Amino acid sequence: MKLLTLNFLTCARKACKQEPSAFPLHPREAELERVEMELNPEFLVNVLPRLEWKAIRSLGEELGLPTLPETAPEESDLMDATTKEPTQTLRDLHALLVETSVSNGKLVCGHCGHEYAVKEGIANFLLPSHLV
Amino acid sequence: MLPTPDTSHVDYDQIYEPAEDSYLLLDTLSSSSETAFLHSHFRSHHAPLAVEVGTGSGVVLAFLAANSTTIFNRSICTLGTDLNRRACIAASKTVHKACDNKAAPFLTVANADLTSALKDGEVDVLVFNPPYVPAELPDLSLHAKYNTADTLSSSEAFDRDSHLLALSYAGGVDGMEVTERLLDDIPRVLSPRGVAYVLFCAQNKPEEIKSRIRQWPGGWDAETVGSSGKKAGWEKLCIVRIMKATTN
Repeated sequence: MKLLTLNFLTCARKACKQEPSAFPLHPREAELERVEMELNPEFLVNVLPRLEWKAIRSLGEELGLPTLPETAPEESDLMDATTKEPTQTLRDLHALLVETSVSNGKLVCGHCGHEYAVKEGIANFLLPSHLV
Repeated sequence: MLPTPDTSHVDYDQIYEPAEDSYLLLDTLSSSSETAFLHSHFRSHHAPLAVEVGTGSGVVLAFLAANSTTIFNRSICTLGTDLNRRACIAASKTVHKACDNKAAPFLTVANADLTSALKDGEVDVLVFNPPYVPAELPDLSLHAKYNTADTLSSSEAFDRDSHLLALSYAGGVDGMEVTERLLDDIPRVLSPRGVAYVLFCAQNKPEEIKSRIRQWPGGWDAETVGSSGKKAGWEKLCIVRIMKATTN
């Protein structure tokens, strides 16, 4: 499960949907895997506007990965204006969001504390019936 | 013709085998009229998120992921969900085989009930090939046991496989009980520009459903954009595109 996934998911419990603390889910005891992927600058430039920057940045911090800038970069910060080459920020984003996956561990809701298990890259969001 | 993703690794005793409904989705999403619509609809630069709910084998999700340049004229990210953990694993493999790590990011197939784990307002393209057959829903109180257990006696394993397959086709009353839950969550999960493609069979009474969707608060469009089964067979299928009505 690529880390970018966590930009789009939240706690499966209805009661948590409107709670700001339910997003993002927090990886715990996470076993990370890095799979090299071809750099796709067009995709990263186009996904940047829809990233919840604070959430993405905190994920990187919680997982001990290279720290992202405090505030969201601009599109112009991703490609070097003179060389037209991807900048280090773009490469860091690629490494964090596209190349890094959670293969095992837990995803924890910051509001209700429910733990969703991740096994072999598949996160289990099925709730016991009393929590649905 | 775009290539159909390879699903030869999928165990069809436990996971829905691609059939006429799956192929109707592939044909519709890659038809010249639909790709023209999608190119124009997603012409802004923001990368679309495409989500398939109930991926089964993953043939549809892999098709979107591998052919995003043709279908959307841009890179997209793709995400799937399925109630059946085995389907999640199989579908991930289908996407990886079809994309060879080159296309835009495939995120994961989450083992989830429909759209329950999705954040509000993020989905740009939602695809759902529901369990649409009017047949009794499987007993979900047994799901946790069958979903994760690996060591079962042979009779239990047979019951497990029957349970998992029933999830992929049995839709309860009118074949609509699962689809109704998905439709209820569409306004929450779709982005402002989001588009949902949902497959119906004739017994689901798609014309009535379309009229109902057009009455949703906020103004919604529902239009048939693909169909198959020209004969009067009860399994005549159609694909309905659901999106916010445009005010222009």
